[in-house]
Amino acid sequence: MSNKKHEKRSSEPRIHIAKRDDMIWYKSWGVRLIAIVLALILCALVIVLLTGYDPIKVYGSMIYGNFGTTRKMWNMLQKLSILLCVSLAVTPAFKMKFWNIGAEGQSLIGALTAAACMIYMGNKIPNALLIPIMTVLCIIAGMIWGIIPAYFKAKFNTNETLFTLMMNYVATQLVVFCIVFWENPKDSNNVGIINSSTHGGWLPTLFNQKYLLIVLIVAVITIAMYIYLRYSKHGYEISVVGESENTARYVGINVKKVILRTMALSGGLCGITGLLLVAGTDHTITTTTIGGIGFTAIMVSWLAKFNPIIMTLTSFLIVFLERGAGEIATTFQLNHSISDILTGIILFFIIGSEFFVNYKITLRKKHKEEA
Amino acid sequence: MKKLLALLLALVMVLAFTACGEKENQTGETEGENAMADIKVGFIFLHDENSTYDKNFMDAAIAAKEALGLTDEQVLLKTNIPEGNECYEAAAELADAGCDLIFADSFGHEDFMIQAAKEFPEVTFCHATGTKAHTENLPNFYNAFASIYEGRFLVGVAAGLKLNEMIEAGKITPEQAKIGYVGAHPYAEVKSGYTSFYLGARSVCPTAVMDVKFTNSWFDIALEKEAATALISDGCVLISQHADSEGAPKACEEAGVPNVAYNLDTREWGPNTALISSKINWQPYFEHIITATVNGTEIEQDFCKGLNEDVVQILGFNDKVAAEGTEAKLEEVKAKLISGEIKVFDTKTFTVEGKEVTEYMADVDSDAEFKGDTNVVSDGYFHESEMRSAPYFDLNIDGITLK
Repeated sequence: MSNKKHEKRSSEPRIHIAKRDDMIWYKSWGVRLIAIVLALILCALVIVLLTGYDPIKVYGSMIYGNFGTTRKMWNMLQKLSILLCVSLAVTPAFKMKFWNIGAEGQSLIGALTAAACMIYMGNKIPNALLIPIMTVLCIIAGMIWGIIPAYFKAKFNTNETLFTLMMNYVATQLVVFCIVFWENPKDSNNVGIINSSTHGGWLPTLFNQKYLLIVLIVAVITIAMYIYLRYSKHGYEISVVGESENTARYVGINVKKVILRTMALSGGLCGITGLLLVAGTDHTITTTTIGGIGFTAIMVSWLAKFNPIIMTLTSFLIVFLERGAGEIATTFQLNHSISDILTGIILFFIIGSEFFVNYKITLRKKHKEEA
Repeated sequence: MKKLLALLLALVMVLAFTACGEKENQTGETEGENAMADIKVGFIFLHDENSTYDKNFMDAAIAAKEALGLTDEQVLLKTNIPEGNECYEAAAELADAGCDLIFADSFGHEDFMIQAAKEFPEVTFCHATGTKAHTENLPNFYNAFASIYEGRFLVGVAAGLKLNEMIEAGKITPEQAKIGYVGAHPYAEVKSGYTSFYLGARSVCPTAVMDVKFTNSWFDIALEKEAATALISDGCVLISQHADSEGAPKACEEAGVPNVAYNLDTREWGPNTALISSKINWQPYFEHIITATVNGTEIEQDFCKGLNEDVVQILGFNDKVAAEGTEAKLEEVKAKLISGEIKVFDTKTFTVEGKEVTEYMADVDSDAEFKGDTNVVSDGYFHESEMRSAPYFDLNIDGITLK
């Protein structure tokens, strides 16, 4: 892009930026590591200047917030699993260059379905039967929420960014509507823990660990998604459609079908997240059950360049920062905003480092060297 | 897999011990007798100090901490805890950190606090605005609220006197003495609040009537302002609200209509129209639960105190706006409320569908049935907040129109 401009100018700029994709893996990870170290140094400066606390202690507290006790560790794993699950869900769509901003709504509708099942069937059907039913229904609900914008995109080429975003609001309002019928006590706008005594529709506890099942399920999904994207024909079709729809059409891929199928997968996985959240951890439903994870997941997925295995790292990074932030707020009685500032700095550096991985920067030496 | 997990967990434990050796020592000592220097208290807040609702609790927590001479390490504040599983996890983490007493401030936290209370029987759990302590009957779970209806009644009297002043000055006829009220949800807490306010106003201005508009949100500046403006154009000559935003006070200042606020002093937003306000002061409660935990004495299962104990406070009195003699009258009414000479919900002072209320089954026990289960009218008055701390007065009395 910049090359064209160069030709017209009489004096060339001193800095020349060129795309590169040849950086060796240890070099690129080195760049990222340097970025994180720089970010931590800047954060330390901010901490000292704004609060006067010892930055090492603050960082220590962030680590403590994630790994300090077995409970904190499990909570971290639970948050990590949920975020990872949504990130995996949005990945095929994004890889296809279908801007699915609606993971929030797709997950929420799954959560709503799970809550509805627990309320209406919780004490009537044994859990062994109910949970499979819930799983199927949650997946279907998420799929419907994903397929609607996909259908309009495939059929009428509507803007999927706006469409999926709008679907989030529809899902939120549906939850508001349902809470009116489920609230306890009346008019309190609150559902409370569903089936707290009978545990109807609650996901089972494995080895006395509430979140172990969730962690395992998401681990399986991660591996499955890796295989699906990397080795299956579907995965290949997704990448081709993402690179160029015309190419895809030329080689005989049914683009509409791929869009619909991929969004069904995306929505279905979001539906599972909703199930894991409501039946696995929260056992209640509010409009904030998903709490923005659907949007954070987009960042996680992009940071990992749509690689499910790397995504475990990027979602860990986000969860680590978030939980660490909460711990700082409690230990040092600082407002959450300070931790948001730190998170912002760290993410800025990490995203910034990708620039240096993907582009080569050279200072001008000779005039006619460029390609 | 299991081996790997065990290894991982072991690693974490080692990390935890080395990283935080200091903390472990501190919690180790609290095992024995609880002295004030050893107690650790955890607070769970729905938002942070940017929300006026939570700020009221946070200020009280810090005031109580200072009054009792607790150090920073003894008081842990967890902010921005949503009304979901996070609340349980936050409570459990506080218990892990060695807290002897854990408090949560939002209605939706209750079930998760109960869940934690069952898991940590040695820790005391207190929850504001909740309804389930008396039905769950756990030895370590307590509810709290305040007889805020007393405060509402009192500021209602100030509003009534203001209406009288307008009538005497010929600005309005006695029939035009209409109050507007911006409510959040049609929930008992709100209904109890506006009814007591209205009864206070009517006790001095017998022709007063009131219109109520709900915003269906606890905090929405634009909606509250809009509702207040609509009420004013409907002929309301005085506005009050159950909502913490500046929406209604600002609308009143623009229209030049007197305003009675809740939970905060609004003179800043309405220097020429803010009349008076009432609020709940949580500091006495926090001091009560902390000292009780230290001394091993009993905490009230349903704490509900009022004017007499300074739990309900009157604030933001503006003599520029208030009618003459308001202060003296308020002193007199306050003394009568404290002595019990005046009952806020005296059944002789109000009717429902034209009839006096002699019996009313309120939904005191929160169960799935949503039906009245306890008679709360006897001895000539409605026994608000006596069966449980959270309000349950939800009658629609004559004189109040819901819009």
